[in-house]
Amino acid sequence: MSTLPESYTQYPKRREGYDHDLYEWSNLHERPPVKWPKGSVAVWLCVSLEWFPIVPGGPFKAPGHMVTPYPDYRHYTARDYGNRVGAWRMLEAFETTGVKASFATNAAIAERYPELIEAVQAGGHEIIAHSTDMNGTIDASLGDKAERELIGDAMTRLETATGARPKGWLSIARQQSFHTLDILKAEGLTYCCDWVNDEMPYRFSNGLIDLPLNHELSDRQIVTVQQKSADSWGESMRDAFDWLAREAKEKGGGRMLPIHLTPYIMGLPYRIHAFESLLADLTGREEAWFARGEDIVSAWEQQQ
Amino acid sequence: MQEGAPDPGLYDYHPNKGRPKIEWPGGKTCAVWVAPNLEYYEIDPPIHPKRNPWPHPAPSVVGYSHRDHSNRVSHWRMAEVMTRHGFPGSVSLSVALCQHHPEVVADAVSRGWEFFSHGIYNTRYSYDMTEEQERAIIEDSIATVEAATGQRIRGWLAPALTHTPRTLDLLAEYEFDYTCDLYHDDQVQEVKVAEGLLASIPYSLEVNDHYGFFVYNMSGREYAETLVKQYERLAEEGANSGTVMCIPLHAYLIGQPHRIGPFEEALEHIAKDGRAWLATAGEIVDAWREQMGRAQQ
Repeated sequence: MSTLPESYTQYPKRREGYDHDLYEWSNLHERPPVKWPKGSVAVWLCVSLEWFPIVPGGPFKAPGHMVTPYPDYRHYTARDYGNRVGAWRMLEAFETTGVKASFATNAAIAERYPELIEAVQAGGHEIIAHSTDMNGTIDASLGDKAERELIGDAMTRLETATGARPKGWLSIARQQSFHTLDILKAEGLTYCCDWVNDEMPYRFSNGLIDLPLNHELSDRQIVTVQQKSADSWGESMRDAFDWLAREAKEKGGGRMLPIHLTPYIMGLPYRIHAFESLLADLTGREEAWFARGEDIVSAWEQQQ
Repeated sequence: MQEGAPDPGLYDYHPNKGRPKIEWPGGKTCAVWVAPNLEYYEIDPPIHPKRNPWPHPAPSVVGYSHRDHSNRVSHWRMAEVMTRHGFPGSVSLSVALCQHHPEVVADAVSRGWEFFSHGIYNTRYSYDMTEEQERAIIEDSIATVEAATGQRIRGWLAPALTHTPRTLDLLAEYEFDYTCDLYHDDQVQEVKVAEGLLASIPYSLEVNDHYGFFVYNMSGREYAETLVKQYERLAEEGANSGTVMCIPLHAYLIGQPHRIGPFEEALEHIAKDGRAWLATAGEIVDAWREQMGRAQQ
């Protein structure tokens, strides 16, 4: 039996506050209340536009990436279905209900599918940077220099292809290194959506803002990981909305419901109705304020 | 335990049928205790040869920040729902939380909750510890919780459910009253330890919210229904001899906005039923010990 070194039972970072300096502790229920321009629950729809190269790469394999031996036509095309069909169904649903959303977009999507980007922009939606393509994953094994190049490349390419530099960033699988927050700040980004420790925006020590995109409320988590039906997903979203509206009423101050959507998952013919019916339902609630990520961040920032 | 033996020899066999009658206070048939895990996971813990703390090289952003949700948001939501329906917590505590976020610990103290140790951090694993190292975490746990809450801890749930063959013997030696590490029964049972006494209190993995959501993939409503079914059966059987139902929770799971509403309905159902004794782990072990003593051995 091996034994552990003495250092294993020593705790140099056992102190008040966190074991890192990335942000400070604060509990949501004691912060000054935030008031939205309309309603008490900001509903943030965030759609991921993802292009998976058929040859996987990067420090780790993105969720949803190729599964079978090369050439994995099955998963390459099933993912691309989202960009060709699923995303268009969602755009139509947004247009019908008049809601604005955020689209977390790979630079490769912006370059490869200009018609889609044009439709997103014409609909008044926001484009958030979502790395280069689905091989553009980040973790600590990537190295500082390569990470700077990757993020810089994604930002430049998105700016060129869309005509605007995104304010927000979503990492693939929300995974970062210890350098990521500083690199995003240096690239001029206002916010990232990776950290899921809160339900309202908060500020990192370096000034960057986190807009938590709750991974548990995503279609990927509920439908593909937990294998629930689209109707069960819709029921969970309604339960979340009802709870947040109740909490906002009882405690005062605004709450936020992030709904993360994946066109190749929720945009399928047999699932899209659950999404459309949720949208129709929530747009009818007086507590709901449908807002893009940048609108939520800006409303929050003005009250800090 | 008997190290190396196929049966670790933790307890004697006592079939469910024909047991002595346990009676809970007020004629209740099922003792229900809620065990919120108040935890701290380190962002960059040392690597243990037997287990990787995180799936990615640090920082594992989702892993770390999901758990941090408890200490910023969902603990408060979960705790309020419990208090509203009269459920005290028996806290499975990463004792370093007393240093990192004393506000969370103070909130649990102010609600009258009981504390037991869940190790220093949930990212430090007991496998391969020397006796000296294991004694150090036990002594640290006793001293840290006493300083932060005034309570002498009486129970143990091993950090990340990691043990050594000597853990239970050491707990008895340090005069702990109960362990939450054995899942063999719906009633309190005697653990066979080298010296002294140690009770095993049921701490169900099967209705743990982590199992509900990440092993059995339940929706919030399905989990709430599961709790009600578990309770109904135990309350019925408890008319013969009092049963124990544990609801082990993690705020970052149960306190999510899409789950907490259905969970509150389940708590309300149990609280209003009339057969449930809403108690702490220590109260349940005391009531059992008073009636049974060593009678089962």
